[in-house]
Amino acid sequence: MYDVCIIGAGATGAAAAYWLARKNVQVVLADKEADASFGVSKANSGIVHGGFHYSVSKTLKGKLELEGNRMFPAMAKELGFPYNQCGIIVVAYSEDQLEEVRKLYNQGIENGVEGIEFCSKERMYELEPKLCEGCLGGVFAPQGGVVEPYAYVFSLVEDAERNGVVFERNFEVVSAEYQDNVWKMKSASGKELSAKYVINAAGLYSDKVSAIFGGEEFEILARKGEEYLLDRLSPAYPTRVVFPVPTHTSKGVLVIPTAGGTTMVGPTAHIVPDKDDTDTTAPDREEIFELAQYMVKGVSKRDLIAAFAGLRPALAGGDFMIKISDKAPAFIQASGIQSPGLTASPAVGKLLVSLLEKAGLKMDDKKDIAPVPPKRRLREMSAEEVDELYQKDPAWTNIICRCEKISEAEIVDAVRHGHVTLDAVKLHTRAGMGRCQGGFCSAKIWAIISRETGIPVEELTKRGKKSNFFNGSIADVAFKGDSYETK
Amino acid sequence: MKRNEYDVAVIGAGAAGLAAAAVTAKAGASTVVIDRDVRPGGVLNQCIHNGFGLHYFKEELTGPEYAARMIRKATEAGAIFRIGSSVMEISPAQADGRRALTLYSKESGVEIILAKAVILAMGCRERTRGNLATPGSRCAGIYTAGLAQRMLNVEGKLPGTSAVIVGSGDIGLIMARRLTWSGIPVKAAVEIQPKPAGLARNIAQCLEDFGIPLYLSTAVTKISGKDRVESVTIAPLDDPTAERVIECDTILYSVGLIPENELSRKAGVVLDPKTNGPVVEEGVYETTEKGIFACGNVLHVHGLADQASEEAERCAESALRSIGMR
Ligand SMILES: Cc1cc2nc3c(=O)[nH]c(=O)nc-3n(C[C@H](O)[C@H](O)[C@H](O)COP(=O)(O)OP(=O)(O)OC[C@H]3O[C@@H](n4cnc5c(N)ncnc54)[C@H](O)[C@@H]3O)c2cc1C
Ligand SMILES: Cc1cc2nc3c(=O)[nH]c(=O)nc-3n(C[C@H](O)[C@H](O)[C@H](O)COP(=O)(O)OP(=O)(O)OC[C@H]3O[C@@H](n4cnc5c(N)ncnc54)[C@H](O)[C@@H]3O)c2cc1C
Repeated sequence: MYDVCIIGAGATGAAAAYWLARKNVQVVLADKEADASFGVSKANSGIVHGGFHYSVSKTLKGKLELEGNRMFPAMAKELGFPYNQCGIIVVAYSEDQLEEVRKLYNQGIENGVEGIEFCSKERMYELEPKLCEGCLGGVFAPQGGVVEPYAYVFSLVEDAERNGVVFERNFEVVSAEYQDNVWKMKSASGKELSAKYVINAAGLYSDKVSAIFGGEEFEILARKGEEYLLDRLSPAYPTRVVFPVPTHTSKGVLVIPTAGGTTMVGPTAHIVPDKDDTDTTAPDREEIFELAQYMVKGVSKRDLIAAFAGLRPALAGGDFMIKISDKAPAFIQASGIQSPGLTASPAVGKLLVSLLEKAGLKMDDKKDIAPVPPKRRLREMSAEEVDELYQKDPAWTNIICRCEKISEAEIVDAVRHGHVTLDAVKLHTRAGMGRCQGGFCSAKIWAIISRETGIPVEELTKRGKKSNFFNGSIADVAFKGDSYETK
Repeated sequence: MKRNEYDVAVIGAGAAGLAAAAVTAKAGASTVVIDRDVRPGGVLNQCIHNGFGLHYFKEELTGPEYAARMIRKATEAGAIFRIGSSVMEISPAQADGRRALTLYSKESGVEIILAKAVILAMGCRERTRGNLATPGSRCAGIYTAGLAQRMLNVEGKLPGTSAVIVGSGDIGLIMARRLTWSGIPVKAAVEIQPKPAGLARNIAQCLEDFGIPLYLSTAVTKISGKDRVESVTIAPLDDPTAERVIECDTILYSVGLIPENELSRKAGVVLDPKTNGPVVEEGVYETTEKGIFACGNVLHVHGLADQASEEAERCAESALRSIGMR
């Protein structure tokens, strides 16, 4: 039996696991998907927001965003995930917008954001020479930046695992019963877990999970955002994250220099009825390119390499709901974690630990925390460094993904950390994320996953469940008179 | 780190690189031909159908047969092979005009090769669904035609149970036939242009012979499916409301090839925005970087392997002249 079960291994649940791993309690992290970060935490803008979009005193998300923002540099240093504190600018193209931008700046000052600047037109072009003509001024928040969101979540989960947290993949909590001060949970496939306390960090499905535990009744709305990725050679790659002036429902369409080195444009924001609907659409694509091309020079559909969509899990009021449940016993809610949920997550995780303590779970700091093994990336190394690594492990000089320069050693490392679907290996290493989108490396990666795990290639999936790649082998095909049939 | 010196370094051991290496080695230039794949031959190795060699060898061969002959030619001429070796970088010209190539391989780690002339023959890659930004789901079952060809012909694995081909390039057409032969019915080929992209011979032999419909001037407007592809929606360009849904679990994209010039670009080679290949002097094949030559699909996309080989021979002659060996 565990002390704590965290439901959901997105940024929220993973951060809670990371902090709890530093305490002397037994923790299990359960997710319904084949790996961590497969919910909205893999499909977002990857921005560590600057702490000026929301009021710190009036909203919980504003407060946690700023706290999270301040925690990122140290966490990136410790855990080694790609993060770049490149700064954020908000661009005004009209007098009205300049007015709005001033409000954002004032809010930043009120919030206590360090280094925030109200900028003249000249200063804006100096900060971002790729801005299109017509900018009248704006705001610069130097503490903002970009992070590779999945790499961040994986590094939290892996650190938690090194420090004793158990990660249960493919565990969809479908029922729960509270007996003798213990929550007994069942998964869709009939597996069981029990824990004294439960954290609901189930993102889009936190309403459903709350209902399973008899917690607060609420509805999570799915607000879809599409994003489009451009080749790393796109001339649009800006120096800063470029924001327009925000609207009521979103921060608008941005031009983002991703931490992975590609340029990304997006997102849109539309409520959709289906929580599984992550389709991209032609109208959003057109909207995004029109708006992005208006802001930054060199944005072109010619450079498109990929597109995706994520769903923001939004509560009616718009704020996060993080609290000890008033209805279900030993149950903590972390719900409505829409944007800036990624930025806020380190602080949300910490807050969840303190709520567990408040709810009665006794815990002390652990003495020994396992050190983080160094994270080496071929693409960041010189030929001399690579040759040195080769002496220890020849897999370092076997290039698997040519577009992103990923070696066999990095793929093996991902697999040995338990990432056995093609998407997870991709998110862990970047193999298949470049311009050829896996056309070259997929077959090589299948072979490595299969070799390392013993799973036959035919059973490998893109992202778990029924997302298989293959339907048997050519040897099974039989010629039946005038047709061919598969066994 | 190992260091080696050659007169000529050929990058890529496909139809073009092998032909070039055979010429330079035969002329007495010490020649190394480098390929990142575990066997030489390039894309020919996965093209197990016939139709190769009619021009170059005056007989009809399959891709692997064509590759085998080319490999023999280059080997007999004395070319040295580096297989399973990726060229990561080409240095600027040194004082003596030579360039240093950085190679990574599992066998020998990092190797530096100094060469008087460098011949680029890296072939091309396929355009993808992402390049087109086809709306819809990003589930499993969406492949480029070349990847599916490799899955079937090299790995012997079936990519699905029923398919639709997007685009009408030759690889897609050949895969339509290949899938049909593998018990995977192909429901349609969908081409946005009014005319098919592939050869008339392939339209006849790969689609018509099997009764596979080809929809011209038609766009794929959506891919649907939760875990795996469930259907594609298509609509004629002149009447976008006349959508139809075709059920299938596999989609192959055959929507064009792009010369593989990341390495060339890094070496400072200027590219032609129309062909995406290096700008070269007509008939000389020298790029804007002195001593770097280009041929085959890396230069521009060739319809036939034979043409890539023939061009490579002319390119090799020119490289030999540049180092005073002709
Ligand atoms: C387009 C877009 C752009 C965004 N951009 C940014 C940004 O730039 N910066 C920023 O700070 N934020 C951004 N966000 C918001 C951010 O992505 C989210 O707030 C954050 O990822 C939420 O993390 P989470 O862990 O709460 O949710 P999730 O990542 O969705 O995690 C919830 C997990 O719970 C699991 N789960 C659900 N039900 C069950 C069950 N019954 N049993 C077991 N597991 C279950 C799911 O599988 C999932 O993995 C963006 C969001 C979108 C959609
Ligand atoms: C999928 C596909 C199917 C085709 N089918 C047919 C067909 O049926 N009939 C026909 O006539 N033509 C076909 N073609 C066209 C024809 O085969 C080509 O025109 C011809 O083979 C190209 O030869 P190449 O040497 O230029 O390129 P390739 O055969 O692609 O060879 C290039 C080689 O360079 C290597 N390489 C690239 N970069 C590096 C690097 N940095 N370091 C080391 N090695 C590197 C690659 O591994 C590859 O082996 C097809 C092309 C493709 C892409």
